[in-house]
This record gives sequence, structure tokens and C-alpha cells, in this order.
Amino acid sequence: MASGCAELSSDLTCGRMSSSRISPIRWLNEALKAAAYRVQSYFGLLGRVLASAVTRPFYWRDLAQQMDTIGVASLGIVALTGLFTGMVLALQSSVEMKQFGATIYIGRLVGASAVRELGPVLTALMVTGRAGSGMAAQLGSMRITEQIDALNTLGVDPVRKLVTPRFLAALVMLPVLTVIMDVIAIGGGMLIAVVKLDLTATLYLRSVYQSLADTGFILRYIPIDVFGGLLKPLVFGGIMALTSCYYGMTTRGGTEGVGRATTQAVVSSSILILASDYFLTQLLIALLIE
Amino acid sequence: MSQAMPSPGQNGPVVMLHDVRLTYGSHVVLDEIGFSVRRGETMCVLGGSGVGKSTILKLILHLEEPDSGHVEVLGHDIETAGRAEIFEARQRMGMVFQGSALFDSLSIFDNVGFPLFEHTELSLEEISGRVREALSFVDLDYRRVESLLPSELSGGMKKRVAIARAIVHRPEILLFDEPTSGLDPITTRTIDNLIVKLRRELHVSSIVVTHDTRSACRIANRIALLQSGRIIFIGTPAEMLASDDEYVREYLE
Repeated sequence: MASGCAELSSDLTCGRMSSSRISPIRWLNEALKAAAYRVQSYFGLLGRVLASAVTRPFYWRDLAQQMDTIGVASLGIVALTGLFTGMVLALQSSVEMKQFGATIYIGRLVGASAVRELGPVLTALMVTGRAGSGMAAQLGSMRITEQIDALNTLGVDPVRKLVTPRFLAALVMLPVLTVIMDVIAIGGGMLIAVVKLDLTATLYLRSVYQSLADTGFILRYIPIDVFGGLLKPLVFGGIMALTSCYYGMTTRGGTEGVGRATTQAVVSSSILILASDYFLTQLLIALLIE
Repeated sequence: MSQAMPSPGQNGPVVMLHDVRLTYGSHVVLDEIGFSVRRGETMCVLGGSGVGKSTILKLILHLEEPDSGHVEVLGHDIETAGRAEIFEARQRMGMVFQGSALFDSLSIFDNVGFPLFEHTELSLEEISGRVREALSFVDLDYRRVESLLPSELSGGMKKRVAIARAIVHRPEILLFDEPTSGLDPITTRTIDNLIVKLRRELHVSSIVVTHDTRSACRIANRIALLQSGRIIFIGTPAEMLASDDEYVREYLE
């Protein structure tokens, strides 16, 4: 094996394993080494992205293009997800709450659920399915058709040119999309509350505000729930973009490899988003609420 | 940006490989590889499939690192150079990939002008002039092709656009990976003529990786023949054709 692989392209293929017949212990050893190498490469990529985000040259045009691809082009799917999530939340909870005459609290339930959890997580998952898969497929195709090698040979750092704009665009656009999703979800809940449960819009919205105000404020005016709901998509956006780009940049094995990389990107991003959601929630509760 | 890389003398070698060895696991890809390419010289690396020909180009571009040995490019040891220096060295080289590797989302104009947009402060008008000059050099009618996408071109035209992109920033070294594979004999001859034209008119040093003996004899000043990751012959085309070596004879036949 090459002693040190010069570029990410070759870097990440260094952890590959021989498929020839080997003993189980050696297989396990090789598998662990390969996994450790992948983790190292993943964080190595993160380091290079962060370094190139603060040093010249900057690719502003690519950044704007990616913000359009990740943000503007995802608006429709995010809006629909928000609308139906809010409506379903209100509808489902009304069944239980009606029994106790507590339908006036539907706004609290919809508001808290959307802003704290469903908004950030569903937005991240939807954008992963739409834009993350696209990133992995596009970079994967570029990898197998030697376009990434071509960038290298033309003296252009592929991480700086391809990965950093996608990463930064996701960091900016995910919180924006989450806010839109939250507002539309609350709106969807309001639709059900007004049309089906005969609540007034003012009562519903006051209930939403109460749920956000209950957990307290940060910097005097920002509800903690809203702060948490904006911090999470920032992290999720980074995870989605980095994971998708990682799998795209390390694609091997022709068109089949592109398909595999795309699937792995979506699955891994989704799992990482859900897992990090738990830890972020724990952290936010410990730091801001308790 | 780090310090500018030094240039070798007018007649000194622009690329040197010293006793290079590269392995993937237990598989030896390259072993004891050593040769140099002088300024304005065309060196062909010949050999069958999977003998490590293209890997030599990757070593020169520092897309791979050798296990042992040294690679010197334009008078600088590429192994000890930092990332910035490597990117700077690459800006003085041009590479033509086997599959052309044109950026499929960019027009031919943007593909050919890419190195100029990236690394120079030239105006759009100046870049336009350089792009048209490069396209004309490779015998393409820029009026007809510059607004097209790579997917709208034939294989031979893509190769010529790839050459135009590689020469537009006036590199000192050109690397070709199987430039004539998959092309018909007439287009192959056109590409061969272009490589010779590049040497004669632009005095560019070229390293051409190919398995096409006829093509290599037409374009090369010297030929290196690889077998199982080792150079078993290095010399002029005439010396190769006159060689008594069993493998050389077998390869030629």
C-alpha cells in the first residue's frame, strides 16, 4: 500500500480490504483498521473544509449556486412536509385532547413539537434525500469520470472548489429552511384547529407562543426552543453536506459505485442526524433548561 | 502562497524519477522505476494493461506517493513539497486524460478557459482570445464548438478539446494518458500529429502513456517499455525496433 496517499481521492481508498480468503481475526483486524481509516479521513475532510472556508481563494459563485440548489430548490418539499406534519400533529392530538376538553392546548403541542424536534429533523432528512443524494451522485460521477483528478491537475483544490461551497451553503440554508418549515407546520396546525376544532386563530397562536415562552429566553428575547431549533439544523446541515460529499469524493467502481455512494450518503447522513439530535437535545437541556 | 518553484536549466531534465517503488498491499505496482525527460522531449511509456503506466503519471502529479524513491518535477522534489507548492507545480503542467475528463456541466469555452479563469487575472476578452487560439491549434472551429457541451462532441473532438484545455495556460510539461485509445486510425493519426506539433511549435516536454506501438514510434523521441511494473527497455524508437530482447520483440509483434 502506498505509504501515504497524497490526495483525498486516493486517501480514502487506502482503507480498502482484500477480499481474498483470510482468517476471521485478521478479517476483523482489517475491518477495524479500515473503519478507523474512514473516520480519520472523514474528519480530515472536515479539517480541510474548515481551513479552506477561511483562506483564499473563495468560490462565491459556487457558494451562491449551491445555496440555490440546497435552499431554494428544496423549498417546495420542505413546505409540503411542514404543512402536512403540522396538520397531522393537530389532528392526531385532537383525538386524545378532546376527551379531556383540552383542545385549546393543541397550539402548545404543535408549536413545541415543530420548533424543538420535527422542524429541524424533518427538514434535515428531507434535504438529505433531495440535495444530499444529489451531492453524492454529482461528485461520484465526477470522480469516476476523472473530473476530480482533472481539477487536481489544473492546480485547483477539489475540496475547496467542490466540498466547501456545499458545506457552507448547507450551514446557511438548513436553518432558513427549518424556520420556514416551523412556520408552515404551525400554520398547518392552525388550519386544523380553526376549521375542524372551532378554535380561533388568536387562541391557537397564543397557545403556540406560551409553549415557546415556557422554557425561558436566551439573550432576553429569543426563546430557548427557537435557539435550539436553529442550532440543530446548523449541525445537521454540516453533517448532511460533509457526509454526502465524503461518499461522493470517495466513489469507486463505475456507475454501480455512484449508486452505492448515493445510498450510503443518504443512509449515513440520516442516521448521523438522528443520533446527533439526541445528543444535541441532551446538551441543550443540560446547558439551557436545567 | 509558498515560495515559487525553481525552474531547471534550459536543457536540464524537467521530470526525473529515481528508483521509484510503489505497492498496493502485497502487489508491487512499480519497482525500480528511473528515467528522466528533457525539455522539449517526448517520452512514451509503453506496456500492456495493468503494468503501472498510468500510475507513473499520477506519481508525477503527486496524486500518488511512492513507497520509496524520488520524483522530481521542474527541479523540485515533489515528495517534500507542500500542498501549495504542489498545486503551483501542477499549474505548470497539463494533463490529457484517457476519457478526456471534460467538465460535463461547462461549455467547451468554459472548459478550455477553466485554467485561465482560475489562475489568471486576464479579462474575458483576453481569455476568449486564448481559448480560440487553443481551439484553433487543435484544428477545431471555435465558432462551431465553443458553445457546445462535452456530451455533444465525438470522442476525437473531446480529446482535442482536452488537449486545448491542457495547453491553454502554456504549460511546460504535458502528460497524456492513452491519448489515442478508442479512436479510429485517422483520428489517432490526427492526435499523434498534434502531439508532434506541440513539441515542434511550443517546445513542450511530453510524457505519453500508451499501449499503441505504432503511435509511440511516430511521436516519441524515446520510449520506455514496462513489464510487470519494471522498465525493461528505454531508448529511441529505432533502437527499440532493432532490439534483440525477447519481450521487446514479442511486444512489437
